[in-house]
Amino acid sequence: MKKIEAFIRHEAFEPIRTELLEKGFPSISIVEAKGSGRQKGIVEQYRGSTVTVNVRPKLKLEIIVADADKDLIVETILRHARSGEIGDGKIFVLPVEEAIRIRTGERGDEVTQVHEDEE
Amino acid sequence: MSVKKLGMASLLALFAALLVPGVASAAVEDDLAAKALELDMVWVALATVLVFLMQAGFMFLEIGFSRMKNAGTGVAKVFINLAVVTIAWWAIGYGIAGFGDGGLADFVGTDGFFFHFDQDILGTAVTADTSLLMLFGLAFCAVSLAIVWGTTLERIKFGAYALFAIIFGALIYPIVAHSVWGGGLLSDVGGKPVMDFAGSSVVHLTGATAGLAALLLLGARKGKYGSDGSARAIPGHSMPLVGLGVIILWIGWFGFNGGSTFVTEGSFFGEVMLNTQLAAAAGVIGASLIIYLKTRTLDVGMAGNGAIAGLVGITAGCGFVEYWAAPIIGLLAGILVVYGVLAFEKYLDDPIGALSAHGLAGIWGTLAVGVFGSPRLIIDNAEEGIVAGPGIWYSIFDGASWSSSLGQLGVQALAVVATFVFVFVASYAVFAIIKATTGLRVSEEEEDAGLDISSHGMYGYPEAFIPQPEYPAGNFIPTMAGTPVAPIESATQDQA
Repeated sequence: MKKIEAFIRHEAFEPIRTELLEKGFPSISIVEAKGSGRQKGIVEQYRGSTVTVNVRPKLKLEIIVADADKDLIVETILRHARSGEIGDGKIFVLPVEEAIRIRTGERGDEVTQVHEDEE
Repeated sequence: MSVKKLGMASLLALFAALLVPGVASAAVEDDLAAKALELDMVWVALATVLVFLMQAGFMFLEIGFSRMKNAGTGVAKVFINLAVVTIAWWAIGYGIAGFGDGGLADFVGTDGFFFHFDQDILGTAVTADTSLLMLFGLAFCAVSLAIVWGTTLERIKFGAYALFAIIFGALIYPIVAHSVWGGGLLSDVGGKPVMDFAGSSVVHLTGATAGLAALLLLGARKGKYGSDGSARAIPGHSMPLVGLGVIILWIGWFGFNGGSTFVTEGSFFGEVMLNTQLAAAAGVIGASLIIYLKTRTLDVGMAGNGAIAGLVGITAGCGFVEYWAAPIIGLLAGILVVYGVLAFEKYLDDPIGALSAHGLAGIWGTLAVGVFGSPRLIIDNAEEGIVAGPGIWYSIFDGASWSSSLGQLGVQALAVVATFVFVFVASYAVFAIIKATTGLRVSEEEEDAGLDISSHGMYGYPEAFIPQPEYPAGNFIPTMAGTPVAPIESATQDQA
């Protein structure tokens, strides 16, 4: 199994989610992240003084999939998240040792799959 | 219907009385005089309500300029302050502010302490009119007190509000009000009165000066100044609340200035109210223009400060200057407030700009009467030998006596200096005592956590700080293209 962590722009989330859902990957977690990178901060003017917000709001997607599905997910994210400007974000792929579904206790790749009509 | 009938009946009675000459017409005249006074009091009552509404204005203005973690404390502050100052004013303040006898009257009033039934504690009769005027005066005192705290937001100990309100409401504000409006020293400076129609110096400069004293003893908010000493913005959390606050203050000001006529005679309050509006409008334009030229952005809060500055600026002159002068006074007040905020910002952490909007504009407004005071409108109480000089404008363009106009300008300047010195010394002493005894500033941890949770044990915006559970019935079951319907139904059942 692989964990895919992607830092993306807010506006890229909805198209990614829609397409992954269509392809049968409904399980996505998102975290509202703030971070800094090559993209510069925002300077706010307030009553004649300025305050620089050095971190920008981003979304962090977290998706755990079976090894075989990894490329499909990465491609989908790339296709929708890329605008070509600085600040598009990054994707990281991490190995996952184990996965357990809390409700049933089942383990392994099964956990990352869409619900089957088994129960 | 009954009102209409009543009106008809009294009209008929009036006609009947007019037809019978002699005794009856004298009675009618008395009756009319009584009705005129009652009409005056209705106007004062309406104005009183408007001025009390300004408390909501200060509440929203200060909360909007604070961070989310300090939102609730601003609400509690207004309640406690208004309550404490009411009791202090009723017990002592109104008596000090009012008129008095003998040499003591130069400094304090001697009548009107502790109204208890139809008389005060010294046995002086109290009429319903007196009670209303006392309430009107209280509304002004409460406004002055509300101004004090603008400089102290986000770091002051809550107890200081109540402690200072007692002294301010019982002594500091009343002594200033007595000096100008209660027949004290400033109401007759060598035959010239200080002209402050509704309180540019008495109310606004007083509040801002006490705020300065508090600020000097408090110090800046944590994080306001960088390690190199440069000022950093600490943006308030809600410009919409600031806007609401400014508009409420603006509306309240029609009572503040208009009600200061005390009478409905000749509908003079209409003139005062139009002056008020013209100055407020010009204040917004002046402040917006200057902040745009200086920073190339139209600062939202600064536009609001401009409105307040324009209103404060016209407060002294609203009953003494002509319509053409009102926008000039407001415009200059608006310009002044921007330069004031930018200059103070480097050294003093004044989160809402009270020092500029109430202090500088209050000083300017008081002096402006000496510049634009119209011969048609200024105080002319020849019987008691108190005659004001016109503004120097009328000496330059209209041939009025220079000695008279310059003398008046000097008296206005004296009012500014005397008010500032007295209020600053008195307030600094009170705040220093508070600092030495109960403490004036919260601890660093409390400031970091915010005054809402540290002083009040609750958040002004709980959801912003406490995680909320999801709404269980709102679970979204995704529909997947190409997936049979059955699994989704089973998923739904699982949840049920």
